[in-house]
Amino acid sequence: MFTKTITYIGRRTIDFTAEVGRGFIMFGHTLSWSIRPPFNLRNIFQQMEAIGVNSLPVVVIMAMFTGMVLAIQTYTGFKRFNAENFMGTVVALSITRELGPVLTGLIVAGRAGAAMAAELGTMRVTEQIDALVTLATNPIKYLVVPRFLAGFLMLPLLTAVADFIGIIGGYLIAVHLLDANPVIYIRMTTKYVELNDIYGGLLKAGVFGIIISTVSCYKGFYTQGGAEGVGKATTGAVVLSMMLVLIANYFLAALLFR
Amino acid sequence: MRGTFWVIEIINLHKSFNNHHVLCGANLRVERGETMVVIGGSGSGKSVLIKHVIGLLTPDEGSVVVDGVDISHLREKDLNEFRKKYGMLFQAAALFDSLTVWENVGFGLMQHTSLSKDEIWEIAKRKLEMVGLKGNEDLMPSELSGGMRKRVGLARAIAMEPEIILYDEPTTGLDPIMADAINDLIVEMKKRLNVTAIAITHDMVSAYKIGDRIAMLYDGKILEVGTPDEIKKSANPVVQQFITGSSVGPIRTV
Ligand SMILES: Nc1ncnc2c1ncn2[C@@H]1O[C@H](COP(=O)(O)OP(=O)(O)O)[C@@H](O)[C@H]1O
Ligand SMILES: [Mg+2]
Repeated sequence: MFTKTITYIGRRTIDFTAEVGRGFIMFGHTLSWSIRPPFNLRNIFQQMEAIGVNSLPVVVIMAMFTGMVLAIQTYTGFKRFNAENFMGTVVALSITRELGPVLTGLIVAGRAGAAMAAELGTMRVTEQIDALVTLATNPIKYLVVPRFLAGFLMLPLLTAVADFIGIIGGYLIAVHLLDANPVIYIRMTTKYVELNDIYGGLLKAGVFGIIISTVSCYKGFYTQGGAEGVGKATTGAVVLSMMLVLIANYFLAALLFR
Repeated sequence: MRGTFWVIEIINLHKSFNNHHVLCGANLRVERGETMVVIGGSGSGKSVLIKHVIGLLTPDEGSVVVDGVDISHLREKDLNEFRKKYGMLFQAAALFDSLTVWENVGFGLMQHTSLSKDEIWEIAKRKLEMVGLKGNEDLMPSELSGGMRKRVGLARAIAMEPEIILYDEPTTGLDPIMADAINDLIVEMKKRLNVTAIAITHDMVSAYKIGDRIAMLYDGKILEVGTPDEIKKSANPVVQQFITGSSVGPIRTV
């Protein structure tokens, strides 16, 4: 009984370590292939469209409503100690530093991350990845690098859109529903929000993009076991990227915004 | 005898997956310009065997020597130079489903030559004509029947005019007439381009027609190799049972 437990723990630890190791090796290969020509622009643009353009509607709606609800909540809270004037500042700071990048990251993990894992997983189980190899084409270079670059580039862009829409959403609610003074609202927003707040958020988004594309490509690339395996890889990719986004977010915030 | 006389040598090949010992010491030599047919039951490891020949799998033990070079220990860059000489038809075709039929066929040319898009399209069109798929260039793989997919896979395998072709069940899933056309094509490829080929099949009609020699894979080893006539006359009960397709005999069916 006792040895069984130890064996089990040992086996799981070894499996886990092996998987993390394999993930980092793949990440290393991806990085080194990313900077080596030739660049497959067609695939990169296709992926940028899949990740960026197709996630845009969801991101816009998410940002709009988040900005709106933030305005309502800060208004109720701040009114209790007559600080309503700071509404604009709080809404903008919350969105640019935290909610913009994190919620965008979670949305992209759910949408694009799932799609990447499912697509690569299907290619694995139908031997399309093997076929690439037999055609003397490196599958990391051909499949993973475009997704990786697209993730890294599109997340900050989507986040910038989310920041902008979120602030507008907050403004609309504050000014039109809660009767805030528009001049003061805008002044308090621009006065206390620094460019570093925005850049920090965008930088975080870039890291989230790397996490999501790497995790999802990894899960898809090493799929085993037919259609069921593809399902597992997809779920695994979404869950793991979301968790890592949230964990990385804490450490990045601690590092960037002290 | 010089070592390069045999173009492909599979030497004492062992491979297992999670304690399942699939190949246990398989040996096979394929001569330059010959078509070697590998027969054997489902799940006996035929696909695993040819995947070693193109470096898709690496042996646990033993080696695969092509033109005197042990490819199982090459770096990826050198291995890819070898792979450009190969064409492979996968059992389920493995077409890229995000690309059109002609882009599938022209994929290797697109990646490894400086030919223009129009030139590649021309070549793809010609190869598709050879497999009886004229006029289907712009379809997506999802719009094709199983037999058509297989033929596109074949066109893709021969697009780069390879020296070595690996066929994984080229005629499975085709109607008898189409199967015969594919057999003819395989024979023609061999005559015209002097390709060396390894073909896996269950289909004995096809095996006798395309094979210069036939090898039977059984219990992780090559049990017997011989010309079609030698195989037909084989004294080995396992071989006899397999080629006559009988459920009675030494081969376990469960
Ligand atoms: N990548 C793999 N991982 C685990 N098991 C595998 C893998 N490839 C093949 N196998 C197993 O090896 C055995 C032989 O498979 P295969 O070569 O495809 O048989 P066949 O002779 O029908 O082509 C099967 O039991 C299969 O489950
Ligand atoms: Mg097979």
